[in-house]
Amino acid sequence: MNDVAAYRRTLRLYTLGLVLAVLLTAVSFAVVGLTALNGPGLWWVLYGCGALQVMVHFRCFLHISLARSHRHDLWLLLFSGLIIALMVGGTFWVLLSQMARMGG
Amino acid sequence: MSDLHGWLLGRLSWDALPFYSAIATVAAGVLVAGVLAAVLFIAATRRWGYLWREWLTSLDHKRIGVMYVVLALVMLVRGVIEGVLLRTQQAVAINNPGFLPPEHFSQLFTTHGTIMIFFMAMPFLTGLINIVVPLQIGARDVRFALLNAISLWLTVAGAGLVMISLVLGRFSTGGWSGYPPYTEPPYQTGVGPDYWIWALTLSSIGATLTGINFATTLYKERAPGMAFMRLPLFAWTALCTSILMIFAMPPLTVATLLLALDRYLGFHFFSNTDGGNLMNYINLFWLFGHPEVYILVLPSFGIFSEVFPTFSAKRLYGYTSLVLATLAITVLSFTVWLHHFFTMGQSAGVNAAFGIATMLIAIPTGVKIYDWMLTMFRGRVRLTVPLIYASLFLMLFVVGGLTGMTLATPPVDFQLHNTTYLVAHFHNMLIPGTLFGLLAGYTYWFPKVFGFRLNEHWGRVAAVCFGLGFLLAFMPLYLLGAAGMPRRLSVIHQSAFAPALWVAEAGAVLLFAAVASLVVQLIVSIRQRDHTRAPLGDPWNGRTLEWASPSPPPAYNFAVLPAVHDRDAFMWLKEQGQAYRAVVQPAPINMPRNTPVALFIGAASFVAAFGLVWHIGWAALGGVLAAVACVVVRSFNRHTHQTVSSAELAAEHNRWVAAVQAAEAVNRDLELDPRNRGRAEPTL
Repeated sequence: MNDVAAYRRTLRLYTLGLVLAVLLTAVSFAVVGLTALNGPGLWWVLYGCGALQVMVHFRCFLHISLARSHRHDLWLLLFSGLIIALMVGGTFWVLLSQMARMGG
Repeated sequence: MSDLHGWLLGRLSWDALPFYSAIATVAAGVLVAGVLAAVLFIAATRRWGYLWREWLTSLDHKRIGVMYVVLALVMLVRGVIEGVLLRTQQAVAINNPGFLPPEHFSQLFTTHGTIMIFFMAMPFLTGLINIVVPLQIGARDVRFALLNAISLWLTVAGAGLVMISLVLGRFSTGGWSGYPPYTEPPYQTGVGPDYWIWALTLSSIGATLTGINFATTLYKERAPGMAFMRLPLFAWTALCTSILMIFAMPPLTVATLLLALDRYLGFHFFSNTDGGNLMNYINLFWLFGHPEVYILVLPSFGIFSEVFPTFSAKRLYGYTSLVLATLAITVLSFTVWLHHFFTMGQSAGVNAAFGIATMLIAIPTGVKIYDWMLTMFRGRVRLTVPLIYASLFLMLFVVGGLTGMTLATPPVDFQLHNTTYLVAHFHNMLIPGTLFGLLAGYTYWFPKVFGFRLNEHWGRVAAVCFGLGFLLAFMPLYLLGAAGMPRRLSVIHQSAFAPALWVAEAGAVLLFAAVASLVVQLIVSIRQRDHTRAPLGDPWNGRTLEWASPSPPPAYNFAVLPAVHDRDAFMWLKEQGQAYRAVVQPAPINMPRNTPVALFIGAASFVAAFGLVWHIGWAALGGVLAAVACVVVRSFNRHTHQTVSSAELAAEHNRWVAAVQAAEAVNRDLELDPRNRGRAEPTL
């Protein structure tokens, strides 16, 4: 009985995730292909869709939440965030500095 | 005809055979003869079936670990021979061409670096982690046993690619870091960079999977009571190395794949023209390359942290500070990659920031050095082979660290970069740091895996040769580099460099003697194994859980999972008189069955990579499809596990417990005596 209920709940979460993921992807493509939106406005829409997409994956597919039992997973996520920020941020810093000095 | 040839064999032709240099011809001959001899020897002794059943298809983490180490030792022999050739050429070729053509010389320094990093050090440390970590944390296996085997066979496929490049075609001449644009089509049209790209791609994917596997194992498979702050230090360093692998290997995979797109499909990510930018490659490569340095050295730090307390018969000094230092190094290792290219043209402010970050790493490393020294202080120190390596490490690694400080200063780096000073520095970190640690671990854990100890005499000969050989081979390079000698010179037009180069040559010969001693040690140890058997499992009076099982341990490691009450879990059990307890009715265990599917995936990847190197379309596509098919077919197999019954477990375990209790416990004076069967006297 309990198993069936848990199965239903998980299935609902996955379905919700799939729908949201597809929707967010479709919106990204649509604003590029079908609208006249351009420049910074377009970028912010795409950044927003990307960030929401990440959260949907975490919540619906990887089952990350703020609940106490999931704290370990949250720590790992924060650590990953730190490392990725270091790598991506550092790369921007280094390459933009080079570009500026090469007159680009 | 030529169409058919192109379809069947791509660019492969008679020109691919290695007749461009006498040494290349000999090397190819030795390789072919060696492989044939090995195949025939196994066939003649009728061991192919045994090899297939017990090793090649095994999912046992200990056996996978042993296969990694075997791969590493084979590649070590080739890497050292190449190093000796490079040194000899430089000693001989002063104002004359020497015996190696420049192109072959360049191939040799490329394969030497590629092999030593990716196919010697990486498999060696992965092998030791495989063998030890599940035992140390009281687990029955790694979390993903099949994935573990796939990692192994992908690494072997990459190594196979480097090996076959000896016989067919020529390897890259672009150095182990493969910087474009020199590795791009206008400059190197041959297959060399392609060999390099696909060998690295396979091994980096294997390493990423290993990282995922061991991080998960260390998170999820610890024995009851094994809190994080009770993890043995080797397990801690294995965890940090795994995390580094997860984050650091993907930039390498991306860099090599983008380079492949440039070479195969005319993309221009890193080309000189069409908006390409080689700095993107250099940045990506060192985003991987610097954490890689810590992937290589952290496991050795872990091994030293096991060796010092065991052979000093003391608790590890400063456990918490060692853990914090390891974590600090893990994070800091992602903040320093730019020091590999201070001279690339970014502003002085950027250089200063990365220079300071680099110097910061010396602080946690210094903490560790003091902790290890204080672990020995007033301990019952036995100067066995692992401790000789560890002592050499303490002295020599500090020298390398100090020269690292000089190189971390950007203005000094502008003078010294691309000289032999740099070559001396990183060999100073990697030989005493990584290699000595791995060899100490190899000697330390060998009796656990095979049930007998390695020969002490030849081990000492090897350790002393390594120590002296390293000093002679690389200290002169510091002087030469400071005097302005560039690295990677195939011909030298400066007679004043000759004496130092000949001293370095003597060191190279000693290093070769050290590797030869390792081979002799292995042969002698196998022959005399009846005098050094320690089947009861605890030859060194060990402190951690890997010693709480017979040697070799059963496939399932522990009949009953041990309960952990202390940092030195096994020492605690021994002191409380709770080690070696008989079991009554252990719960049956599910263990994974052997499967050849990982081996098939490795073989298919090798075929695919070989096809890509030589532009053989059917092999490339067929190999990829076969690898995917293996995964799909395997997913239909529902009989992946077998059960070890309760009665079987109890019988095997209790037989061992009875043997231990019947045995004489030896004290530390008899550590190297044939009477040491693996039961240690509990107190000093």
